[in-house]
Amino acid sequence: MKDQSNSSKQQKPKLTKAERRELQEAQRAAKAAAKGEGNKASATATSANARPAKAVKPAQKSDNASVAATEKKGGDFPHEKDRKKDVPQPRLQYDDKSRVEKAKRRSVVKQTEARNRVELFRHLPQYEHGSQLPDLEAKFFDLYPMHPAVYKVGLQYISGDISGGNDRCIAMLQAFQEAIKDYKVPPEKSLGRDLTAKIGSYVSFLIECRPLSISMGNAIRFLKSQIAKLPLTLSESEAKTSLQADIERFISEKIVLANKVIVKHAVTKIRDGDVLLTYGSSLAVEMILLHAHELGKQFRVVIVDSRPKLRGQQLLRRLVEKGLNCTYTHINGVSYIMHEVSRVFLGAESILSNGTVYSRVGTASVAMVAHAARVPVIVCCEAYKFHERVQLDSICSNELGDPEVISNVPGRMDVNHLNGWADIENLQLLNLIYDAMPSDYVSMIVTDYGMVPPTSVPVIVREYGREQVWI
Amino acid sequence: MLFLLMYLFIDLDASKIEGSQATAKQAAELLRSVISQQRLPQTHQATALISAVRAVGEKLIAANPVELAVGNIVRRVLHIIREEDLSLATAAIDGLELSAVSDDEDDVERDDYPVLSAAAVAAAARSTLRPPSLQTLLEDTPISAAIPHTSSSGGDSEGKSRSVDKSSRGRKLKHDVIEAVNELIQDISTCYEQIAEQAVEHIHQNEVILTLGSSKTVLEFLCAAKEKKRSFKVFVAEGAPRYQGHLLAKELAARGLQTTVITDSAVFAMISRVNMVIVGAHAVMANGGVIAPVGLNMVALAAQRHAVPFVVLAGSHKLCPLYPHNPEVLLNELRSPSELLDFGEFSDCMDSASGGSLHVVNPTFDYVPPKLVSLFITDTGGHNPSYMYRLIADYYSADDLVVKRRPATTS
Repeated sequence: MKDQSNSSKQQKPKLTKAERRELQEAQRAAKAAAKGEGNKASATATSANARPAKAVKPAQKSDNASVAATEKKGGDFPHEKDRKKDVPQPRLQYDDKSRVEKAKRRSVVKQTEARNRVELFRHLPQYEHGSQLPDLEAKFFDLYPMHPAVYKVGLQYISGDISGGNDRCIAMLQAFQEAIKDYKVPPEKSLGRDLTAKIGSYVSFLIECRPLSISMGNAIRFLKSQIAKLPLTLSESEAKTSLQADIERFISEKIVLANKVIVKHAVTKIRDGDVLLTYGSSLAVEMILLHAHELGKQFRVVIVDSRPKLRGQQLLRRLVEKGLNCTYTHINGVSYIMHEVSRVFLGAESILSNGTVYSRVGTASVAMVAHAARVPVIVCCEAYKFHERVQLDSICSNELGDPEVISNVPGRMDVNHLNGWADIENLQLLNLIYDAMPSDYVSMIVTDYGMVPPTSVPVIVREYGREQVWI
Repeated sequence: MLFLLMYLFIDLDASKIEGSQATAKQAAELLRSVISQQRLPQTHQATALISAVRAVGEKLIAANPVELAVGNIVRRVLHIIREEDLSLATAAIDGLELSAVSDDEDDVERDDYPVLSAAAVAAAARSTLRPPSLQTLLEDTPISAAIPHTSSSGGDSEGKSRSVDKSSRGRKLKHDVIEAVNELIQDISTCYEQIAEQAVEHIHQNEVILTLGSSKTVLEFLCAAKEKKRSFKVFVAEGAPRYQGHLLAKELAARGLQTTVITDSAVFAMISRVNMVIVGAHAVMANGGVIAPVGLNMVALAAQRHAVPFVVLAGSHKLCPLYPHNPEVLLNELRSPSELLDFGEFSDCMDSASGGSLHVVNPTFDYVPPKLVSLFITDTGGHNPSYMYRLIADYYSADDLVVKRRPATTS
């Protein structure tokens, strides 16, 4: 890799190994300082790409060639350096005023800060929801730097038309496919770097619409690494088609095919006479239940739902239409119903390296009650959603949704005590989107790499998270 | 009086009376009027009163078995009758014994006795080392057996004064019982203040309190702490599907407390930053378990996981002498599914021929086992869940656990 090219350069002056190492450390420090902290979407792959600050173009060419040639180096030397890059970049904390100001100046979307902010979540963005939507819709045709497909996806995020980890990820990748198709390299610029910068700007726009989910972050890292790995001998159109094919393959292998493999594994855990409980609406779990029903297994489903999104109702409708026997309750009633349940199947937004399952708020409560009643909890999650970050509780990192939906209960006109809540001085409303479930509540995780315990997640992240296995 | 009964039945049946306190008060007032209108025979007044109260009580309990406060009050009144009867009997025996000694002191003694109310005597009896129930039973029976014995073996010289004594005893019994029932009603009304007085011992500066749904006891408790200038924050979980948490949050914010409303699903996420969970109860069972609004078992489990104290506030009229057998089913009420699902939206998917069945479960109450509760705060102070069964001995008699009118046999 890098040290191969460097050492081949420096064999002429004959530096000792220690001096070479010193030189490389100094170079890396210089590049890290030059790189700066502009990137919110953490990209260790981009750091690999942006490294040639000192080493000029020819070195970069050989760099890329050798990168494309072989990955695994014998010996520990490169692995140590790679491991230092593995530390995930710290994310933007919103109580850091100077950085928030900088971000605001660069932003496309004008957000107004929410009134009555909750103190505990000062480190997360709290904006008035929906206020920027009409403004953005008006600007749809004049926003030159933004590709219309990406713009459309951003609007769909804001309005809530697309929600759910997989859907958002697929929509974003397809929008990027469109953008790449229409992309033209400006003269005097290299395809790799310019395209990466463009993707970076699209990503910033999407973040302003709605903070990235972890699966989306991983997909973006994959895309950037693919751009970095493009051999420079390719012409522009060939590069573009290759990237589009890569994205297509990512979607089909990491999402669609992965779900099929998960279903195949998990269906073996359903027996006749089971009562299965699920929370909210997860694609993987829905596919499992439908497949088991097609195989002719006799079982009952309990769907637990909660406010404010009430996604369980849509799942309920789809399952009843397909002929499953369903019971529906709300999350407060989960202790009541847990006595009848034999297995719990849950979906996840992401699984972190310490085994914590990061998922829709309320999942942790359901798993806790199941654990107290000694009911096995099975989490179904595609491997592309694993992440090397760690988290201990749900406060350190989360997403805050629109507080208005808490005061408005749809369909219940009698519950209107909180109308005009923003004017009441001491009152705040908190709408958390995610929560973190400790790993001891989880009996088993079903992924496309098989059925593993929660302790195997960092192993999968490390061994299979490298660029080469994301293909 | 019959009309009163009917109205109470209808209201109980329709669960229109909100809150155990109101129900308990109404039941107590009803029983008081039953007692005052009851005509007592010459002998065995206590038995007559007991059977009258039992008859009404049985109907009250049957109207809404899940509203345990009604049953509690019925049993409390029965216990009061027995205790008053007992104390009058002990007073009578003491009076008799003394009268056997000397006649002069007799009148003085008998004049003095009305001063000592039955409640005071009962309290004195309680404060003297109350031995375990078996011994108390053994002590009781000789006295109650002795009363008819001594009264029948009294000399003729005392005969006239005895008959006067008996009728005045009958009136006294009623009078004392009604006085005691008035005290009971008074206790029920003031239970909020007595519980709220203890707030300042448990809530300190810069604390974060979590609660779910709405309870008047909790509201008074938190406001009492606020009055004493403790500044703290409150997270209120909304308590679907009734959303009482919204009301409570609005009240608390109006009284100047920093309040945040969260959804019930966010309880596990937020509880890591909470110092104490304070909730009200629907009823407290004999083993220290709590029948609480739905969702509180989940909160109690989360509190146990994060080592957060789970404090239950309950007036003494909520203490029930029954043991909870299968409480999720037997002591629960399932409400209408329309609170969860809209019938209109889902009627089509229920009609389709190939569709599966659809059940909706909407329980009202949750059972919280005693090991999850850290502390009970009642109007008699703070108690451990393992202590609650002792309080039962104070308020209830063992004979009254099953409130059914016995076929007319012995007392």
